[in-house]
Parts: sequence; structure tokens; C-alpha cells
Amino acid sequence: MSGPVTPEPLPGPAGEPPRIALKAGGRPILQVEDISLSFGGLKALDRVNLEIREGEILAIIGPNGAGKTSLLNVISGVYHPQQGRILFEGQDRTRFRPHAVANQGVARTFQNLGLFRAMTVLENLMTGRKKFIRTNFFLQAMFWGPAQKAEIEQRERVEQIIDFLGIEHIRKVPVGTLPYGMQKRVELGRALAAEPKLLLLDEPMAGMNLEEKEDISRFILDANEELGITIALIEHDMGVVMDICDRIVVLDYGSKIADGPPAEIRNHPDVIRAYLGTTDDQPPPASATGDITDRAGRAGGGPIEET
Amino acid sequence: MIYRESGQFASSYAKDMRMFPLLQDRWAFGALLVFAFVVIPLIANDYWLSSILTLFLIYSLSAIGLNILTGFCGQLSLGHAAFMAVGAYASYNFAVRLHTPVLVNFLLAGFVAAAVGLLFGLPSLRIKGFYLAVATLAAQFTIEWVLVSFNWFAGGSMLGAIDTPPMNIMGWDVSSNLDKYLLTLSVVVVLAIVAKNLGRSEVGRSWRAIRDLDVAAEIMGIRLFPYKLLAFMVSSFYAGVAGALYAFCYLGSLEVTAFELAVSFRLLGMIIIGGLGTILGSFLGAGFIVLLPILISQAIVFLHISGASDFLANAELMIFGGLIILFLIVEPYGLARLWQTIKEKLRLWPFPY
Repeated sequence: MSGPVTPEPLPGPAGEPPRIALKAGGRPILQVEDISLSFGGLKALDRVNLEIREGEILAIIGPNGAGKTSLLNVISGVYHPQQGRILFEGQDRTRFRPHAVANQGVARTFQNLGLFRAMTVLENLMTGRKKFIRTNFFLQAMFWGPAQKAEIEQRERVEQIIDFLGIEHIRKVPVGTLPYGMQKRVELGRALAAEPKLLLLDEPMAGMNLEEKEDISRFILDANEELGITIALIEHDMGVVMDICDRIVVLDYGSKIADGPPAEIRNHPDVIRAYLGTTDDQPPPASATGDITDRAGRAGGGPIEET
Repeated sequence: MIYRESGQFASSYAKDMRMFPLLQDRWAFGALLVFAFVVIPLIANDYWLSSILTLFLIYSLSAIGLNILTGFCGQLSLGHAAFMAVGAYASYNFAVRLHTPVLVNFLLAGFVAAAVGLLFGLPSLRIKGFYLAVATLAAQFTIEWVLVSFNWFAGGSMLGAIDTPPMNIMGWDVSSNLDKYLLTLSVVVVLAIVAKNLGRSEVGRSWRAIRDLDVAAEIMGIRLFPYKLLAFMVSSFYAGVAGALYAFCYLGSLEVTAFELAVSFRLLGMIIIGGLGTILGSFLGAGFIVLLPILISQAIVFLHISGASDFLANAELMIFGGLIILFLIVEPYGLARLWQTIKEKLRLWPFPY
């Protein structure tokens, strides 16, 4: 009853040049300029500058409390910064509410799952298609004509995503009853259903085992390569970050301390200091001479800074 | 053995999205309609039609309205009966002053109630949960007070006492209890299907998304405020139509006290016992609250339990209260979920797996 058995790549936005060309130096899709955000006396973000370039996978890393999620919340309009501005595709949208940000083409997932628990997988994914449904209330009340047609059209798109993520068997199950890893996958699906230009993922692999992490990494890479979606993700697993990301931004105490390709971040002295807690007075301990990936590797590939 | 879905494959999305995807469910629904429209008029006596079935249908309709607001959109309301009052008095005034046709009256009553509902839904922008529930109490008290204080609404009589004029729909003189039952039934069936449709399309999904997690709903591009207000309006529309039916088809003559706070609580009890967020649950809950006390008192008579009359009257209430608690313990998600579970079991019955 669903579409073809083999997952078919969803077509990306029309007229999109191939991603490879963008990779080297795509134009910025989102610019965060000089953003400061504080809650009372606590400074969550301190004059952060950031650029997300079209077609790339950007990782935002940093120790706990560094302001990563706050940054994502500012980008998606949940919080409004006290200072600075945000440009999306060159236009200022610092004061946009979350729904307006979503309709511009930014989708996101949450650190602790943001699914609609009592709704089925299908219904959750269909909420992602909301902005494509343009029928009025009275037609929907009769579920007739254009309203039914719109539902069917969007259902077809959703089924493609269900294929893409391999979750056919659970499409009519309420998401609240699914195991955690599956819920994470459904949440990714819901964000993809919105056909975003920019996808923000807040710890998409938190609490997953190796196999599940590999699956999600694959989906992220596919979404990026086949659907042409620009991705910014927060992740603690350095192995994953180094493997799949084109560029890494490091935050510490609300400030950006490094920005560059994985190879550069790996040996960046400030980053090593932020993660290992050495000060300028002390030389790094002998065990810290390797790069941060090594540290992660020794901890069994797990998060390196969880205390 | 009978309730099998094997061999029924949805070959298109349209078929998969039907209101009743299973053949057996469609048959059951058709049979239920035939029963309600044909069999009941043949077998039911006047007492059943006038005092029980019509009341049950009207409460079901009002409960659907409250379920849209509370069950679908997650906004708790304690003032639902007041919107029924708005509908009742609006339809009365349209009928007496403007002499508009009966069905138009009912529709207008719904729209007036929706407008008032919109007004009292405004606080939902800022407050939610229990705090909003208390704010909706304001609707209950304000509307009751306005209707009692300004006797213009009741055509000049004291305490808002009104007598509904006779109804005539295109030559059909709706005067007997059977006529009123059939009119009520028709309105309820149409509006229940509309509610079902809203629930499964984009509006209903957005409401449920707001109910489950409003932050995520907003991130998905759903504007909270318009959708909450829409839920208040649709909910009040249903209450308004139910109130008009209550006045015209059930009571005939009434005062504002017919829509007191206790009725709001009753409605809330119905949707909680019946099942939040389901249309079926609204009917089951209304049936539970309306029919069960009657069944209990009948059972007491039938079993020849003797005792002081005041003891018997209280025993009825005690059994009723006990049953409510029992059902909530057995199935906190309501009778509709219980029905769902039974259907799941029926798929395999009589085999263990």
C-alpha cells in the first residue's frame, strides 16, 4: 500500500546545483551576527558569530552548558537575543516567532524528544507537511474535494520519508509507545517532512548504541547529499562529528572558541583546553597530548565530556 | 471470529484514510444509523424518546464540543454549559424576534456562541492548564449573570424564563417527541461526522500537536493562538447548537439555571469517562452519565430491594459514584480506549494469538 519498496531519493529543491560544487565554499544560508543572550545574570551566549553555509554539515560542539542548545533556540526563534542579529538567506529575521522561522524553511529536532506522543508516526510526520496544506477549514470539515486531495498528496510525500527512514512497520503506532531510538528516528523524519532548507539537530544520537548511531549518521549524510539539506547538529560523540561533518564550531561558556574543519579543530589548543580543563599555567597532562578524538576513542566512542 | 481485517488491503491512500477503514466497522456504523433512525422510532415509547434518548443525544453533541477544546486542543474549560446557554437564548431570540427558520436558528445560535467563545478564548494566549480552567469559570459566571440580569434576552421575563415557540421545518411540524428526537438525531449525526473529519485533517492534527507539546508544534510552523481560538470557536459552536436543541427539543420552557456550573462539570465528566480526544468517547461518556443512573434505579426496582426511600435515592448516587471510580481505575483513558482494546482482542478471538 505504500510507495515502491526501494527507497527513492526525494528530489531536492528545484534548480539546486549539485552539492559537491557548494561544499568548498557555499554561500551562507544563515548568519548569526554578534548574538548575546542572557537569562537574568547568566550569560548563555556572549557575542557569538556564526555562519552556516549552504550544503554543509556543521557540528556545534562544546562542554555541557556551553550554550549550544541556547544557540539553536535563538536560531529557531524560541528565544530572542538581547543583542545582535540573525540573517536567513541574507534577510534579517532576528525577531521572528518559531512558526515564522519554520515557514521560512528551518526545521529542528529536540535534545529530549519533541514528538507529539499521543499521535501516530504518520500523524507526526504529517504535521511536518502542514505548510504545504492550503485548504480551508470548511473543506476540511467535510473532508472533501481539495481537502482530501491535499491530504493524499501530502501523504504520498510522507510515505517517501517513511520509506527513506525504514519505518513502514510502525506508521500507525502512537509514538509514545515506541522505543527511544525509534522515536529519535521519527523526530528526524518529522523534520525532514517539512522539506527544510536548513535542518537543526540537537543531539540526534544521544543515548543510542553504535548501530543506531550508524543508522542515524547514514540518514543525516543521505539527507545532506541526496536532498541537498544544509545541516547544523549538536553532538557529543566526537567520532561521529569528525566523520560526518564538514566544519566544526566549538562553544565554551557562551563564546565561540574555534571554527574550522575537523582536522584543524582536533588539535586546536583552545579546544583541548576547554575539554580537558587545563589552564595556561599548567602544561597539559601527559595523557592529553593526543587529539580529542583519541580521548573519545579511549572512552569507548562515548561522549567525552559527560561527568 | 467475525471481526477480521485479513484480506482487506487499502489499495490507495484515499481508502486508507477512510473514516472507517475496516469493512466491519462500516457495516456496524450503517447498522447503528438504521437502528437509530428506523428501529428506535418503532420500538421506543414516549418516555424513552422525550426524557432519555433526546437528552443523551444533546449531551453527546455538547460533549463533542468540549472534547474538541479539551480532548483535541488540550485547553481545559469549566464554562461549557454557559455556551450552551448562549446558544439556547440566541436561538430563542432569533425565533421570536426575527422568525427565522428553525435550522437557520440553530446555525445562528452556534455562530453566536462561537463569537462569545472566541471572546472567552482570548486568555488562552497567555495562560494554560489549570489557570485557563479558572479563567473559563469566568465565562460560566459572566454569561449566567448577564442572562439573568438583562431580561431583554428572555423577552422581558424574570430570571431568564423562556418558552420556546413551536417549530416547523418546511411543512414538517416538529411537535411530537418522536419528531424532536429525529430532528436532534439528524443534527447530531451531521455534526459528529464534521467533528470526525476535522479530527483527521490538518486542523485536527494541529490541535492535537498543540495539546501534546506546544513548543514543538510552534517549531513545526503551527501558530498557537489562531488554532487555540479556532478550537474555542468550534467548541462553542457545538455547545451553542446543543443548547438550542436543549431548549427547543428537550425542555421547551427553561430558565438560566438549566445551564448552571454543575452541567459544565457533568460535561467534563462525560469526556473524561468517555475518552479525551475521541468522538466515540463523547457518545459513550454521555451515555454513561445519562443512562447509568436510570439503569441503576431500574435495577433497584427490578431486584425488589426494599428500604427507606431516601436510602434508595442515595444508594443510586453511591453506586453511580462507585462505578465512575471503577471505570477510571480500569481504564484511565476512558471508555473509548476500552472499546479499542476490546476490538484489538476481537481481531484474534477465540484464538490466543
